[in-house]
Amino acid sequence: MEKIRKRRFGIIASLILVLVLVLGVLWASQTVKNNQTHQDTLARVEKKGQITWGVKADTKLFGLMNTKTGQPAGFEIDLAKAMTAQIAKQTGKKLTANFVPVTSASRIQLLKNTNIDGLISTMTITPERAKIVDFTNVYFNAGQSLLVQKDSNIQSIKDMNDPKYTVLVVVGTTAAQETKKYAPKAKVIALQDYASAMQALKSGQGQALSTDNAILYGLATENPDYHLVGGVFTKAPYGMAFDHNQKPMTKQANQALATLQADGTYNRLIEKWFKNVPGLDWHDLEVGK
Amino acid sequence: MTLLNHYFSVFLQGFGYTLLASLIALVGSLILGTLFAIMQVTTSKVARTIGNIYVQVFRNIPLLIITLFFYLAVAKVIKMTGFTAGTIALMLYTSAFIAESVRAGILSIDPGQMEGARANGLTFWQAMRVIVLPQAFRVAIPSLGNQFINLVKNSSILAFVGGLDLMYQGNLVAASSFDTFTTYIIIAIFYLVITLPLSYYVQYLETQLKKKA
Repeated sequence: MEKIRKRRFGIIASLILVLVLVLGVLWASQTVKNNQTHQDTLARVEKKGQITWGVKADTKLFGLMNTKTGQPAGFEIDLAKAMTAQIAKQTGKKLTANFVPVTSASRIQLLKNTNIDGLISTMTITPERAKIVDFTNVYFNAGQSLLVQKDSNIQSIKDMNDPKYTVLVVVGTTAAQETKKYAPKAKVIALQDYASAMQALKSGQGQALSTDNAILYGLATENPDYHLVGGVFTKAPYGMAFDHNQKPMTKQANQALATLQADGTYNRLIEKWFKNVPGLDWHDLEVGK
Repeated sequence: MTLLNHYFSVFLQGFGYTLLASLIALVGSLILGTLFAIMQVTTSKVARTIGNIYVQVFRNIPLLIITLFFYLAVAKVIKMTGFTAGTIALMLYTSAFIAESVRAGILSIDPGQMEGARANGLTFWQAMRVIVLPQAFRVAIPSLGNQFINLVKNSSILAFVGGLDLMYQGNLVAASSFDTFTTYIIIAIFYLVITLPLSYYVQYLETQLKKKA
């Protein structure tokens, strides 16, 4: 008897467990489906009263975590704040900006999962990405370049086309994919973020760090022994990104961006962040001049 | 599935590096761990202290920090790639845990065995090797098995220093295919391909040894 009862308990327990698992998976997939299909980003942010922006937290000049305040600071952060205020003005709803740090590798997944509403994270507009997210108009024109030690004999990406050289990049950036096209023989090692890539460059794990020039300028201001060489060898226009097929939100954002560029807010932010960058003429970055 | 097809060679390369790192770290940590376990049970106070410090240092520092230390600091003096740095860190880290497991095994053996062996004219090392260690390992096998499985999974730390392993390739594939979910499921399966047989082999060893005993 005892044995039968024990066995029966075992069977019932495992049945319940299976049932719970199946129901759990069903519920989860349903939720994921709901999140992916029906939500209109503009309606969602208006309902919540805030726009959650995915921003960089490790990129000087664009988005860098201020360890004292615990808030990120940079050109993109300020632009996102201005954008939020402008969209609020356009829609007549009250909106606040909220920031979530993202990495290049995880940002699209976070956007798809609706953890964030929009991305403003030094993201280059590419045809592949445009298939799965909606980009706004260009808000910044960057291009891929190289950061090397000042006494290095590397002058351009062509010099690096040799198996003895290692180019350091960051996972999920366009540079990670483009570098091989320009220096097919060089080794390419991808690190998790700009901070660790810079550390690796300093430790001699590679001879150059490659990514968009705008980001490299930020790294160069902090590390005076390093400088940019060879100019830009790709075009990397940055766009803000929203989930796919979010036309109302993208339209509002484009309109807001155009207003900010027309009324001088954009140029003021450019001046604020890029005025004192060595080797860079910030007037080149201004719009409408 | 198309993802697997499209990036199969990438996954396979990562799998190879993960397997290689795991094998090197496994053999290395077993040797180092046993050595430090023996040091901790000798009568020499100096050896005991050194063994103890080693175990406490490597057991109580996060693996990522040890890895970054080799990748960023040691590499300035001795040139090494992310793969080498990660594998060395993994080996040292795991060896501290293995030392503890083996030490527990040695302590579970009646001290009379050692005394008897010494009384019969064996040196300390001979007695250790022939009499004590074989019995100690039998006791330590379940916890050693645990450490080895942890070692394989911990090898994903190589991804943080460009170690070309499974996790590293997975991150790259996820970033270029934008299909994060499927990619990580695929690499989870690749890890299972290593850890499941390992885990069954340890179970098998356990039953075999029980039969013998």
